[in-house]
Amino acid sequence: MRDAPAGIPSQRRPLARWWSRHWHLFVFLTPAVVVYGMFMAYPLLSSLSYSVYEWDGFLRRGFTGLSNFVTVLTRWPYNERFWGALTHNTWFFVLTFAIQTTLGLFVAVLLAKKWRGFAFFQAAYFLPYTLSLVVVGFLWLMLLNPTWGMIAQGLRGLGLGEWVQPWLGQRATALTTVILVNAWGWLGFPMLVYLAAVQAIPQEFHEAAFVDGATPWQDFRFVTFPLLLPSIAMVTILTFIWNFNAFELVFVMQGASGSPNYATDLLATFFYRTAFGDPTTGGEPGQIGIASAIGVMMLLIIGFVSAFGVRFMQRSQTEY
Amino acid sequence: MVSSPTSRLLTRVIIYGFLFVLAVVFLYPVVLMVLTAFKPTPEIFRSPFGLPESWSLDTFATVWQRAKFGLYLRNSLLITGGSALLLLVTAAPAAYALARYTFKLKPVLFLFFLAGIMIPIRLGILPLYLLMRDLGLLDTPFSLIFTYAASGLPMSVFLLSVFFRNLPRELEDAARIDGCNELQIFYRIMLPLVRPGLATVVIVNVVPWWNDFFFPLLFIQSDTWKTIPLGMQIFFGQHLVNWSLVFSGMVLASLPLLIIYLIMSRQFIAGLTAGAVKG
Repeated sequence: MRDAPAGIPSQRRPLARWWSRHWHLFVFLTPAVVVYGMFMAYPLLSSLSYSVYEWDGFLRRGFTGLSNFVTVLTRWPYNERFWGALTHNTWFFVLTFAIQTTLGLFVAVLLAKKWRGFAFFQAAYFLPYTLSLVVVGFLWLMLLNPTWGMIAQGLRGLGLGEWVQPWLGQRATALTTVILVNAWGWLGFPMLVYLAAVQAIPQEFHEAAFVDGATPWQDFRFVTFPLLLPSIAMVTILTFIWNFNAFELVFVMQGASGSPNYATDLLATFFYRTAFGDPTTGGEPGQIGIASAIGVMMLLIIGFVSAFGVRFMQRSQTEY
Repeated sequence: MVSSPTSRLLTRVIIYGFLFVLAVVFLYPVVLMVLTAFKPTPEIFRSPFGLPESWSLDTFATVWQRAKFGLYLRNSLLITGGSALLLLVTAAPAAYALARYTFKLKPVLFLFFLAGIMIPIRLGILPLYLLMRDLGLLDTPFSLIFTYAASGLPMSVFLLSVFFRNLPRELEDAARIDGCNELQIFYRIMLPLVRPGLATVVIVNVVPWWNDFFFPLLFIQSDTWKTIPLGMQIFFGQHLVNWSLVFSGMVLASLPLLIIYLIMSRQFIAGLTAGAVKG
């Protein structure tokens, strides 16, 4: 803090003096601390404590230690659902990551050339990102309908009728189809971030590389890519966080229990069913303790991976 | 690298071809959605790819009435607007204090906010639900407004503090000499200078709030405060066999953001990427 102006008499009580120098900080900070503390920090912290109690509906009973966690990890059907959902979330992230760091990155590098018409392409790729996942889900539910959907009709029109499958209805294809639908609505975002990052690289770097005889691939591999690493790391962390929270698309397209037969069940849908009851099985009551244990494990996974990712991002940062 | 004019032309053609195919993948489903919305259900099945035989707005009117779309639109506007207002009113002064003053608790507060950036608020849904119930906020717009503003705060405080930090110190000193107190310096001098930052914060947050389905699903039971995504999800579920109604509903639900996006896609994109790159 700044020193008090010389005119203020020093014999004033210290508390009053302290207050007169600091009151504006309270005015500035209190609203944010209250709103954030009450509606975000407090719920997140107390969700940790929810998981070590026994619950009767929304009433808290006795302390049970880690028994809710033991239930989730060892007792059927929770254990089967949990490992299933964890596997599905992992595949969700891996496939999304693979698409956005190959196709997304490649398109961003192309778009950075700023040729005529590229603004249109950029706007087109980003457009689905503005749609609500509810709309994305229902739109593709319709398009992928094996009887009346546009994709089935189109394939039949091309004489490829035998390619038509109930993509969302069979175990082998349902999850991957949902992930690809999600990628359709999401890819515009990583593309744009990568594009902004590519454009932020000074042109002289590329010129220097070409003067040294680099091929376009070498220019990408040794100039563009290393400078993009922080952006790639950041987008990957965000993707991981969102993919391990994914809920809407599966809820809308496959229902709360991830049909067919839990093939598209995710941690968030599993958590939702456990916490608020399963509407598809006739309304089994919610189990707050067990749901909280699932939530805490999601929190730990996300916390660890993103902390690790942030460290990687900081190390890959290059000043220029 | 040696490249003849013909091979360079060929590269260009391939690149444009590739980007065009990709544009079809992203754009055509949306175009198809809009075209289909004008067709009655039998026509959708009979000619799924043709232009609609008539451009009548009847189904849109039906959806508007039967799905209470006007009500949901009002709710979405009020809730998103209220959240944006609460976010700005809380985040801007906090960011200012963290950016331009030094005080003992500053590192602690910084860490307090930083912790929220990486952790999604959804993981606190059970305590949050009970808190809203105990405060009597369930089934009111305030449950959503407080949740959204709180979840947007960490990132917004950081984004805005970057903007505030970049303002020159002399401005502040000049205002102080002119007799402004600390609040006046913030409100009259500094705040107007970070308007681009405020716009970025709003754009970054408004899109996910407007499209959010998770919190309305849990917090809102009665029709009075349903938002567009929740109202539409229920409407689609009830009319799944009536494709005409569902497609019209999807177009109506997407229209507000689509219009804003088409009018100001450049600011939109700049805002979103700035948020991501600086965050």
